[in-house]
Amino acid sequence: MAQVFFFYLFAAIMLASAFMVVAARNPVHSVLFLILAFVNASGLFLLAGAEFLALILIVVYVGAVAVLFLFVVMMLDVDFAELKSGFLQVLPVGAVIGAIVAIELILVVVGWKASPTALAGASAPATPDVSNTVALGRVIYTKYVFFFQAAGLVLLTAMIGAIVLTLRHKQGVKRQSIPEQNARTVETAMEVKKVPSRAGV
Amino acid sequence: MEILWTLLIITLKSLALLVGLLIFVAYILYADRKIWAAVQLRRGPNVVGPWGLLQSFADFLKFALKEPIIPDGANKGVFLLAPLVMGTLSIAAWAVIPVAEGWAVADINIGVLYIFAISSLGVYGIIMGGWASNSKYPFMSALRSAAQMVSYEVSIGFVIITVILCAGSLNLTDIVEAQDTKAGVLGWYWLRLFPVFVIFFISALAETNRPPFDLVEAESELVAGFMVEYSATPYVLFMLAEYVAIVTMCALCTIMFFGGWLPPFDIPPLNWVPGVVWFILKVCFFFFIFAMVKAFVPRYRYDQLMRLGWKVFLPISLAAVVVVAGVLKLAGN
Repeated sequence: MAQVFFFYLFAAIMLASAFMVVAARNPVHSVLFLILAFVNASGLFLLAGAEFLALILIVVYVGAVAVLFLFVVMMLDVDFAELKSGFLQVLPVGAVIGAIVAIELILVVVGWKASPTALAGASAPATPDVSNTVALGRVIYTKYVFFFQAAGLVLLTAMIGAIVLTLRHKQGVKRQSIPEQNARTVETAMEVKKVPSRAGV
Repeated sequence: MEILWTLLIITLKSLALLVGLLIFVAYILYADRKIWAAVQLRRGPNVVGPWGLLQSFADFLKFALKEPIIPDGANKGVFLLAPLVMGTLSIAAWAVIPVAEGWAVADINIGVLYIFAISSLGVYGIIMGGWASNSKYPFMSALRSAAQMVSYEVSIGFVIITVILCAGSLNLTDIVEAQDTKAGVLGWYWLRLFPVFVIFFISALAETNRPPFDLVEAESELVAGFMVEYSATPYVLFMLAEYVAIVTMCALCTIMFFGGWLPPFDIPPLNWVPGVVWFILKVCFFFFIFAMVKAFVPRYRYDQLMRLGWKVFLPISLAAVVVVAGVLKLAGN
């Protein structure tokens, strides 16, 4: 009962906020609605019993990725009203694509016949004795360690790529070198001069 | 019917927690000002009530009775949403914190992850507030704060992982119980994981925007940070959220490194004291250090702050995860 109620609550808010992401005038509002959609998706994961996935979704997508989105959107100096003025002209194309996707989805869902035993298996946890965080931990570093490492490697490549693309060493900029500063002593930093009277340094 | 009963019980529990927490925060705020004043050889708040004990409530009343002023150019909805988001999130983290054995509103088995997720959401209140004010200083401050919080979250995450590795659970109650050894205070994780404990404490300062990392509201540069344009009740919510977040971090230190509600030694005079008293004492101890750091340490420069987070804490905490995992594997746990 409560499960059904929360499912419809999360699903409804998520769909509404997903719509608002596209419809909102202000791009910052769009990103905020996107975050609301993420949070509700995480609520749906919780209802499905995937608590680890739900919280990781919040930590990674909402806590880090969406912050960057928000940054970029806030700092971009683009006139979004002008960008959106062509909205009506591309609307038919978008509508056609959306309709095609919707029809395909409906065809798949209507033509789908799941056996009742499969449905029961899907909703019950694969390992009933431990929580799904433990269950995930058991397989991710043993059975799927190669895929896990490969995924990590892809991310590492992307990260190095981003750093290489943006790292510039400007000439003529004074940089702070911590080891150099720490290595300074009184002898290297100070010089005592004997200044003769009326002569200056 | 049964659902209604559970709902009622949860509501009552939450209400009790909320009232207790808010009163605690009121006195923590008072203590903060008193400690800061004592270090600077001042008296601090001493007028309202005996020894100024009612100062926080007087301040609250003053703010609550004032008129909230919303700037003309502000984005009204987001402007008012920001303090609400921040206040709600900071209090929501307390849902899973076990104050004593079994005294948690929700003793979920991924408690640490929940707190981590909630505290990573806290940055939105600041960004939204800074942006919606439609003013340069708040916006600069919001940018700084977001970068700072995201940076230090990384090392906090790694520290939490080392604790989880040692305890073998993400449940906060299990983490406390894993520290319940015969060695008493010496068996708690602060000694075994001393380097990461230090990293966690400093990162907690940065995560909650406390001095010496309070570049968010560096008053000499940014007037008063992201809350310049806020007044009255919305401002109180920001203030409250900040202090609740600090208490949360103290509680997290207590649970992960200082044995939660456990007495220092399991011997008669000490284990007669109820667990909740030990918990509160430990939280107060950590808050005292927070307050002393505020009084003693000068503010960091922004680039030094970033350097500390990314070039010092991140490698050390990452190495700590590897070392702790290796030691545990060799020890056969």
